[in-house]
Amino acid sequence: MRAFGILLRRELALAWGKGGGPLLALTFYACVVVLLPMASGRAPERLASIAPGIAWLALALAALLSLERLFERDYEDGTLDLLAMGPAPLEAVAVAKCLAQWLATGAPLALAAPVAALMLGADLKVMPLLVLCALAGGLAFAFLGGLGAALALGSKRGGLLVAVIVLPLFAPPVIFGAGALDGYAAGLPWTGGLLFLLAYSAGAVALTPLAMGAACRSALD
Amino acid sequence: MRGLGVLRVVLIQDLAISRGERTLFSKLDLTLRSGEAATLVGRNGAGKTSLLRAVAGLLRPAAGSIGFEDGNGPIEADTARAEHLHMLGHQDGLKSSRTAWEELRFQTLWTGGTEESARAAAQRFDLRRLLDLEVRRLSAGQRRRLALARLVASRRSLWLLDEPMAPLDAGQRAAFGAVMAEHIAGGGMILASVHDPLPIPARSVEIGA
Repeated sequence: MRAFGILLRRELALAWGKGGGPLLALTFYACVVVLLPMASGRAPERLASIAPGIAWLALALAALLSLERLFERDYEDGTLDLLAMGPAPLEAVAVAKCLAQWLATGAPLALAAPVAALMLGADLKVMPLLVLCALAGGLAFAFLGGLGAALALGSKRGGLLVAVIVLPLFAPPVIFGAGALDGYAAGLPWTGGLLFLLAYSAGAVALTPLAMGAACRSALD
Repeated sequence: MRGLGVLRVVLIQDLAISRGERTLFSKLDLTLRSGEAATLVGRNGAGKTSLLRAVAGLLRPAAGSIGFEDGNGPIEADTARAEHLHMLGHQDGLKSSRTAWEELRFQTLWTGGTEESARAAAQRFDLRRLLDLEVRRLSAGQRRRLALARLVASRRSLWLLDEPMAPLDAGQRAAFGAVMAEHIAGGGMILASVHDPLPIPARSVEIGA
């Protein structure tokens, strides 16, 4: 547990470090949210109706940004060797990395999401749900992204591979979250979508570390 | 001196290592006991680095076994690797954007040392004035000394070293020789891949002959 804390703090420091992490993700997020209305026509009411959806989708895209570096840098500079010989198994190392990724990009984005939705004209009442979806969904995005990054380790076009692996896995949470937000805004049943999203995130957090550990081991071999 | 001498024997039996289709070497037997050093010699690509990585558990051997024993008999390989083994390869795992101290501190804590032991190791390797610098600003030799410092900062019995001396100047080589001699005298073990002989008494093992 002590080792996990040491690693988590280091990963956070690296993720928050210069020129990366939250600032990059937030800037990208702002770009998408500012440019999308310009491309989608002038009718404010139409924009307002899709605002929560846009704010939500942009989160998934922003989560893709710094994934490639998650394991690749450590693999290239030999840190992964060191991490593999430490007191914690590689599965725990993967959890620390994804958790740090979520804290450094997912959580700040979740706080920015309601601001973005508000700018696009969404109703105030969906904000708490949007933040909840963004927090839970962000966790799923970070862990699934980590899975993609681990599987792509050592390949030449890692970034491309990560996107290809991860996109189909991102589809369910995007659909569940959008379903919950839409339903809630329209006064329809919405808890089903939210519960599915929470379950999907929980599943991702529980299962992907096993795959990430195995992928790292196979990359080191 | 926690940990030193806990691991007593490394037993390599009938080991074969393949990379892809190619067999690098086979039928390698090597026993390393507490207080012994062995150097691996052989041409480039003979499999010295692969052998070190196999002992560290990073690489699966094609055949044979690698066992570890403490005073009471065989112990789990995973435990041995997580607690009693240091490996220093060509890639030192130092992040160039972080300061020397941040990296040494992390590597030391991760391998079971303390902040005090990390400071002592920095002193030992004459790194005190460099600790606030980013790793990217260090010269090759300084960077290697920073990597070597973690060997001393967290005490683990078995050192797997891959060309440890290469970027060091003559004075630093002698200093590191003293560090290795001390480790051996304290019951530690060293398995090193080298081109130039180590400055300590060591058995030489030919790889891929």
